[in-house]
Amino acid sequence: MIPAAFDYARASSLEEALRLLREAGPEAKLLAGGQSLLPMMKLRLAEPPLLVDIGGLAELSGIRLEANELAIAALTPHAELAGSAQVAEAFPLLARAAAGIGDLQVRNLGTIGGNLVHADPGSDLPAVVLALEGRIVLRGPAGERVVPAEAFFLGPLTTAIEPGEILTEVRFPLLEGRTGTAYVKHPHPASGYAVVGVAAVARLAPDGRVEEARLGVTGVGLHAYRARAAEAALRGRRPDASAIEEAVAHATDGVEVNGDLYASEEFRAHLCRHHMAQALREAVAAAA
Amino acid sequence: MPTLFGTPLRRKEDPRLITGHATYTDDIRLPGMLYAAILRSPHAHARIRSVDASEAVRAPGVVRVYTGRDLEGRLGPIPTAWLVPDADLKTPPHPALASERVRYAGDGVAMVVAESRAAARDALERIRVDYEPLPAVVDAEKAMEPGAPLVHEEVPGNLVLHWRAGNGAEAAERAIAQAEVVVRRRLRNQRLIPTAMEPRAAVAQYNPATGELTLWLTSQNPHIHRVLLSGALGVPEQKLRVVAPEVGGGFGSKIPFYPDEALVAFAARDLGRPVKWTEERSENCRATTHGRDHVQEVVLAGTRDGRITALRVRAVANLGAYLSTAAPGVPTILFGLITSGPYAIPHIDVEVFGVLTHTTPVEAYRGAGRPEATYLLERLVDLYAREIGMDPAELRRRNFIPAHRFPYETPTGLTYDSGNYERALEKALEALDYDGLRKEQEEARKRGRFLGIGLSSYVEICGLGPSKVAGAVGFQGGLWESAVVRVHPTGKVNVYIGSSPHGQGEETTFAQVVADELGVPVEDVEIVHGDTAQTPMGWGTYGSRTTPVGSGALALAARRVAEKARKIAAHMLEAAPEDLDFRDGAFQVRGVPERKATIQQVALQAYLAWNLPEGMEPALEASAFYDPSNFVYPFGTHVAVVEVEPATGQVKLLRYVAVDDPGRVINPLIVDGQVHGGVVQGIGQALWEGAVYDENGQLLTGSMMDYALPRAGFLPPIETYRTETPSPVNPLGVKGVGETGTIASTPAVVNAVMDALAPFGIDHLEMPLTPEKIWRAVREAEARKGGAAA
Repeated sequence: MIPAAFDYARASSLEEALRLLREAGPEAKLLAGGQSLLPMMKLRLAEPPLLVDIGGLAELSGIRLEANELAIAALTPHAELAGSAQVAEAFPLLARAAAGIGDLQVRNLGTIGGNLVHADPGSDLPAVVLALEGRIVLRGPAGERVVPAEAFFLGPLTTAIEPGEILTEVRFPLLEGRTGTAYVKHPHPASGYAVVGVAAVARLAPDGRVEEARLGVTGVGLHAYRARAAEAALRGRRPDASAIEEAVAHATDGVEVNGDLYASEEFRAHLCRHHMAQALREAVAAAA
Repeated sequence: MPTLFGTPLRRKEDPRLITGHATYTDDIRLPGMLYAAILRSPHAHARIRSVDASEAVRAPGVVRVYTGRDLEGRLGPIPTAWLVPDADLKTPPHPALASERVRYAGDGVAMVVAESRAAARDALERIRVDYEPLPAVVDAEKAMEPGAPLVHEEVPGNLVLHWRAGNGAEAAERAIAQAEVVVRRRLRNQRLIPTAMEPRAAVAQYNPATGELTLWLTSQNPHIHRVLLSGALGVPEQKLRVVAPEVGGGFGSKIPFYPDEALVAFAARDLGRPVKWTEERSENCRATTHGRDHVQEVVLAGTRDGRITALRVRAVANLGAYLSTAAPGVPTILFGLITSGPYAIPHIDVEVFGVLTHTTPVEAYRGAGRPEATYLLERLVDLYAREIGMDPAELRRRNFIPAHRFPYETPTGLTYDSGNYERALEKALEALDYDGLRKEQEEARKRGRFLGIGLSSYVEICGLGPSKVAGAVGFQGGLWESAVVRVHPTGKVNVYIGSSPHGQGEETTFAQVVADELGVPVEDVEIVHGDTAQTPMGWGTYGSRTTPVGSGALALAARRVAEKARKIAAHMLEAAPEDLDFRDGAFQVRGVPERKATIQQVALQAYLAWNLPEGMEPALEASAFYDPSNFVYPFGTHVAVVEVEPATGQVKLLRYVAVDDPGRVINPLIVDGQVHGGVVQGIGQALWEGAVYDENGQLLTGSMMDYALPRAGFLPPIETYRTETPSPVNPLGVKGVGETGTIASTPAVVNAVMDALAPFGIDHLEMPLTPEKIWRAVREAEARKGGAAA
């Protein structure tokens, strides 16, 4: 429970944080809420020589509603996502997923930026960000770039972020038309992480057919993913039981499914189909 | 007399505990204190070729590094203190640090002592140990096979004990052979990690001028620790003080005498500076004792009309790499003797094999042996009921020891003190609306919902126990308790007790008893415990013994004080002692109520001693040592109601009803709390918990990210009820309630899940009942039936 020795620097601005990171090299880590990083350091699974604390930066805080998107700054804690009226109004699944992360203390300290950058394969928010087609804004020495969610998650604890870059915010395009959302999760009884978590967004045409379905899945593969084949199977169809059943048959297409002590590959794939169907039913009901 | 007995007072100890004003061992800071960290083997089994600590010794802040070689001849081996007789018991030596061979992943190899915790922790990484890994065995049955790796070379077949109980193996065999119905099963009672909220810790301070050594320790039994430490360390007992400050739960895991605390005490004396060691959570998972871990082959025989005729149990108990302090008694005395449960069973035959493996040592864990016995019996009773098509409540009713047969002698040689098992069962069924619930279950099944109702009736041995029995069963100590009741000149009271409560609320319970006996306000009574320099000898808090045995001593001492006070009051009031009534805290001359002396006035006179009865000694205090004449036997029936979702294997607990009979209840609020906590831990075993090793002896559930403990959100409200059958053995009629919840709830939940799964033809699955196990069983059952049941 005692981390290896490390240096600590508190950044007073984003620019300073970028500079500190650049000077320290790739081994340095950013500290925001610390809810994933500090436990790893205490177990000595991570031994960064320097922590650059960005936790106090006002410029990385807050939720802004813009013309057609909601911009959520990196330091927004899960508790704020779960309690924000703006979030609940625009993206009820995001509020719901955030409310189910860890415990109250974790939700008060853990941040959306830290969560996405850490990219735990069982973390809830990546599935939601995928389903909402969030765009991840990264600032680095060369300026700003925007990465679509689907190009961001690359592997367990691995993302598209480059050394020296800082995730500053996530931009979520607002939902249009008859759209409903859902997040359904089978939590691990010990860790609370998703054994399987499915985020669903369903937009229905006036005749009730599925115009678009977007499915983000976490806990199942090496990283959170879009279940594109399942989405495609639903497009243009009435979302009845048989359409949903046919769609979720593709829930893990192309995915190397995780197996562990709690849930084998086979059971996890089953849970994924089961929860995807549930998420789709809920999203369709919310849209209708 | 005002009676606090039976009053739901809030716990006196809670304000300090919940506002951060309590002192736990890790809160103790002494001037010049050093910090220890222990290097633990990553291998389950390896030969140690060499330990090179030279780099660690030179690391910043490091004062000293001890290896096993440094301790040879200076720190005695860690003893086993329950030497069960007639069991061919072997007690292989347990060095404080391994020097030749490590025997489980977590076995101590070296200890660093440094100026800070961080320096000690950092230096562990600079110790180079050259291990030669050897094959390990983690499964007890495999450990018994010829050719299995030996944990200790002097223990052939890894068999450390072989023990039998019952009233005749041949008679049981005959009864089974002749039975109309025979139910046979192989049951696994999985290994659990006790996981007290506070990990273990120790602080030792040595005064080289006086030779006195003080050890603050997370202990359930400081007096036992003092005796054992005195032997291992060679510090005479009068120079040794063991203090259990606030202790944050133990559940049995703080009974044993561990190498770690001996090392801390040794280092403090060796270095002449105070030393503190605090366990990390991951160490707690690996190096603090585990519980349970049996494989049982069980046979229940009976008649077609539901009369049990015989029970045979063959259990293999995995005891880990070393025999922990009380370990031999757990799968034998505390398990085998209680296999009759609440039932009149004519023939019982129990055989237990205790086996060493390359795993963390196994010790008592809340219930200790009795949950393992209750689980097998209650599972068998339900399987038997299903086999003959009888309602499980009715089957239990038919086999209960009837109320008129107490005291009842079991085929295993126990004498149950008192009981009315049927009354507790009926109360549970009534609280539940059992018949209504069965109809609801029937209706739900038609709609594709699978509800299950699970009963568990139990009887527990507790209030350990008569010391002569302790001796007869090889427990290396007495089992009596002691108390000193001291009324001060102002009439306020301190009570010094030998037992060492650590979260069970006895500061309140015991104050209620003393306040009642002496007629003083409960706020005027303070209970002092857990410090061998302040309190008389006691044998510790475990086995649900502190209230029944400790309060026995307490009541006797308080009554002696009251008797002396009566004599002084009589002298003050110029009346005969027998002409005084003692009520509302005052002695009154019978018929002349205005002539009275309060207990406080009497106390002052006792201390002034200006005018005491001829020959009476001054002051107002008394001590008592209470050795019970028998164990006490709480009992009850618990019922769980669950819903199982076959598609995901998820179990949802809908209701939990507990009817317990712990004899007379001193504080119902505290009894409810004990039942709640115990029930939750037992449900944890049924549904979530389980320590898992891989075949190389690596613990796969070594953190709270993997080892699933129950959480509040997983649980329904617990509905507690009681019946009251006083114990004729105990001076206050009390029994004990610390473990009943854990004993009863595990089989109640498993029986409920199996009841829910009955339409699929599933009658047994091993714990914990995780979603995948249930989902697979349902899928296989459907495949067998061609999907007919779903």
